Amino acid sequence: MNLHELPLHEASRLLGEGAVSSVELTRALLERIQAVEPRVRAFITPTPDLALSQARQSDERRARGQGRGPLDGLPLALKDIYSTRGVLTTCGSRILANYLPPYNATAVLRLAEAGFVLLGKLNMDEFAMGSSCENSAFFPTHNPWDLTRVPGGSSGGSAAALAAGMALGALGSDTGGSVRLPAAYCGVVGLKPTYGRISRYGLVAFASSLDVVGPMGKEVADVALLLQTLAGADPRDSTTPDVPVPDYRAALSGEIRGLRVGVPQEYFAAGIQPDVEAAVRAAILQLHEMGATLVDVSLPHTRYGVAAYYIIAPSEASANLARYDGVKYGLVAPGEDMWSTMERTREQGFGPEVKRRIMLGTYALSAGYYEAYYVKAQKVRTLIRRDFESAFARCDVLAAPTAPTTAFKLGEKVDDPVAMYLSDVFTITANAAGIPAVSLPCGFAGGLPVGLQLLGRPFDEATLLRAAHAYEQATPWHTYRPEL
Amino acid sequence: MRITRQEVEHVARLARLALSEGETEKLQEEISSILDNIAVLNEVDTQSVPPTAQVTGLSNVMREDGTWQSLPAADVLANAPRRLDDFFLIQPVFEDSQGESEG
Repeated sequence: MNLHELPLHEASRLLGEGAVSSVELTRALLERIQAVEPRVRAFITPTPDLALSQARQSDERRARGQGRGPLDGLPLALKDIYSTRGVLTTCGSRILANYLPPYNATAVLRLAEAGFVLLGKLNMDEFAMGSSCENSAFFPTHNPWDLTRVPGGSSGGSAAALAAGMALGALGSDTGGSVRLPAAYCGVVGLKPTYGRISRYGLVAFASSLDVVGPMGKEVADVALLLQTLAGADPRDSTTPDVPVPDYRAALSGEIRGLRVGVPQEYFAAGIQPDVEAAVRAAILQLHEMGATLVDVSLPHTRYGVAAYYIIAPSEASANLARYDGVKYGLVAPGEDMWSTMERTREQGFGPEVKRRIMLGTYALSAGYYEAYYVKAQKVRTLIRRDFESAFARCDVLAAPTAPTTAFKLGEKVDDPVAMYLSDVFTITANAAGIPAVSLPCGFAGGLPVGLQLLGRPFDEATLLRAAHAYEQATPWHTYRPEL
Repeated sequence: MRITRQEVEHVARLARLALSEGETEKLQEEISSILDNIAVLNEVDTQSVPPTAQVTGLSNVMREDGTWQSLPAADVLANAPRRLDDFFLIQPVFEDSQGESEG
């Protein structure tokens, strides 16, 4: 196997045994990037020189016996939403096209303390608003399984880079499905942890009550490895409860006998692509054959998730994005007075989808509409949470499709925002409820990857990952790679 | 639900967003269509349901009232489009002649 094809946890083991060096691994990834990036276009900012110097430092540390643990020397890439000190952080937007953060996000800091190697910053929908990566202000990313199709979004660069062998692990972020949808479309593993499990400090804010940091990899053990380093309370993010961090990799026992797997009927409704449904049903049957007990459950408010989300997320976004005023950082388009400077800066700096959501959110929060829209959506959010609470009284995890279809064609939905929003119909409710969910490969439909979504109880990533890992190891899907 | 051109212009002003002629009309169409889809929420009886603003279960998170190192001013100002010494430079907020006031 070529070095760039290794799962992260395998590369970690080989590094630990001294069978490979960080420089060798990093060179292999950089060569791969050079070979396939022109067709995939996953990176906004590649950082090859930085990567090689970090790799050399890692090898020197290990040679001195001062290795920093399992992530030391592993080449990773980050969605361009993570603040990286001194490294361009655009968030996929013209308004931040030249922004060099003065500090590191907590997630980046923790990876840095663990000795990771940064390969570069990855493409995304502008401000993480989108389901196809086509809302990037710079260029669209292509799905490595079919270059005429989208990689999913908003963490499309992260998923495409992993699938194309251009990073051993990656971070995405998930507000309504932005890690899980691209993971499903590109045939990789993406975890949306419990809200508050990983600090959001330095993650450029989109919708603060929904945003989470999302570890991504080619296998479940890769994601567990990253989560281990990232999880835990952070004094810089007061929404991170002090819940103990278990040993996630130890939880990957391969054993799921007696596990109660809930199957929510609402996720198999009309509109789902038949061969996607068939692949997910086969995966659920596989879980049953491995000793899990299947339980039929109902999440009756699932169908209201998208509507509630498209009030709550734009409302929070309209407030968060008020900071882009052309004063402290970012683009400025000077006008004749302060207000016109602000208005022109935002006109020129934001793309169409971001403007649409700022407008929608501002409208929903404006006098006369606040109760009818924002408060109504928050009440429906309560009902969505209660649906999950009753389901988890009867089962340990839920199994469902990640998305109703496989990856669609580039350009297919760009002019139809409502159709684009519906790509997230099965992922949005986990954000509303704050529960963890993971997408992992469960087969192919028409040559394109299909994602199985498993959802778990709050802060029970250990059980979630155990179920995902057991399924993965019993099936061949994680071993397939696209031909590029 | 159809929103009017005036509403679009009003909301754009609240959001401090300049819109071109074509953008105003496009947003009027798109937001109307999105609101039509959002109207499905009216099917749900939420009479006795409390709203959820956040899901952590935390409230009033306290920290010690201490001091710590903050970022050097030079780093904070490094991205400023316009600056004067250690300050962000902005255009006047209050005009003295016209007396025009805005929130």
